[in-house]
Amino acid sequence: MKQVVANMAGSVWKIVANEGDQVSKGDDIVILESMKMEIPISAEEDGTITSLKVKEGDFVNEGDVIAELE
Amino acid sequence: MINKILIANRGEIAARVIRTCKKLNIPSVAIYSDADKQAPYVKMADESYGVGGTRVHESYLNMDRIIEIAKEAGADAIHPGYGLLSENPEFAERCEQEGLTFIGPSPSSIAKMGSKIEARKTMKEAGVPVIPGTEAPVSSVDEAIQVANEIGYPVMLKASAGGGGIGMQVVHDNDELQKAYESNSRRAQNFFGDGTMYLEKKIENAHHVEIQILADHHGHVVHLFERECSIQRRHQKVIEEAPSPLLTDDTREKMGEAAKKAAKAIHYSNAGTIEFLVDEEQNFYFLEMNTRLQVEHPVTEEITGIDLVEQQIKIAAGEKLTIRQDQLKINGHAIEVRVYAEDPNTFFPSPGTITSLTLPEGDQIRHEIGVEEGYTVTPFYDPMIAKLIVTGQTRSETIQHLEEALNQYQVEGIKTNLPFIQKVVQTEAFKKGFTRTSFVEDYLMQSK
Repeated sequence: MKQVVANMAGSVWKIVANEGDQVSKGDDIVILESMKMEIPISAEEDGTITSLKVKEGDFVNEGDVIAELE
Repeated sequence: MINKILIANRGEIAARVIRTCKKLNIPSVAIYSDADKQAPYVKMADESYGVGGTRVHESYLNMDRIIEIAKEAGADAIHPGYGLLSENPEFAERCEQEGLTFIGPSPSSIAKMGSKIEARKTMKEAGVPVIPGTEAPVSSVDEAIQVANEIGYPVMLKASAGGGGIGMQVVHDNDELQKAYESNSRRAQNFFGDGTMYLEKKIENAHHVEIQILADHHGHVVHLFERECSIQRRHQKVIEEAPSPLLTDDTREKMGEAAKKAAKAIHYSNAGTIEFLVDEEQNFYFLEMNTRLQVEHPVTEEITGIDLVEQQIKIAAGEKLTIRQDQLKINGHAIEVRVYAEDPNTFFPSPGTITSLTLPEGDQIRHEIGVEEGYTVTPFYDPMIAKLIVTGQTRSETIQHLEEALNQYQVEGIKTNLPFIQKVVQTEAFKKGFTRTSFVEDYLMQSK
């Protein structure tokens, strides 16, 4: 299992992938928004999203787990 | 005559405007969102009103509510600061209709400079040099390639509807342009609902140099010299200075005159800034006009001794400018650095609570600041939390004062770009004034 973590503090602006989706390295999973900047959080390796830990509008801190991949 | 001013803004610029209101004995009214209740500027104003909401569209962009507050408070003028509603012609027009003085230019001047393509056309007709490029947006790859070959590579590809960097890319040949056009046009379509693009010749080794102007309602225009703002990250300014280390006296004079011509062409009134790109052969090209007070206005105030906010208020009240061009002189040097709540390497935002704040002090140091110890920087607004302005007799003396000030400047609890600024200021290239807009890529990217 591989965790995808937030690289900045901000709110979840958009969820681009869902639980059960197959993703490839570099595919966006969610887009975070903070201080007028949108930062996509993408998969660091290929896999299936087994769990999505956030929903749109949630606030996350740097280092929080966004999703789990397998 | 202006009797009471509502400041339709937040943070350091609201505090800056309130300071001049106090100097002129004009009562000030602050507005604050739910997230800004504890902000220092709210306490500085004579009166303050909650505007509601947190995000800008429900708070500082809520025109109806802002005008309602102005009336409730008995304000007769609105200062928009920068950003937010400052360059919104609809808001300027609403103020006029409601009998409120908008401290800025007319709605038509704002509108004319608001569209990039329209602004280029106006400036070209007024005889101000513009960057070679498209006169109308292109809507296909073939059209883009044809234009690029006419103006010559490298070219900058920009989204017509874009603002801060999205959809912007430099391309060097037809192949690169083809790929860049397709991906950027698609993104622009997704983000802004408008996939049209325009092209401009990429000016090599360019510096960003802008001219401050003041114009009254009686046809009198003066320029207050230049600011060089080439040190940028993510296409946003980080360090600004006046005078520019690049310009010769002759170029300064020519650019000042071009800026005045630009202002007259659109019957401009109030404070404004004409931005140019200048290459190292002293050729200059119009980039855009900002029809408002600039973030970096303090460096101009420091070298000229003129309070730009005071001038804005007097002009809006219908007074004649008392400043004459031949009385204006550059006195010494000034550098401003923008303190952003962000990671100094990735430039990603870093909201949070400031647990400790130590500011440098001294005769050559000025602070414009929107936060204090114990204050929580929220994720809802721009990451800029403060500006540090340092002065000296010469550029090298000013850099020395800046280095000392940066060593004492401490912010704990959140990440800031102060280590990044220190890195820039310590380079030989910065000290020598080799400040191209590509500075960060040229000198800092490999060492990161």
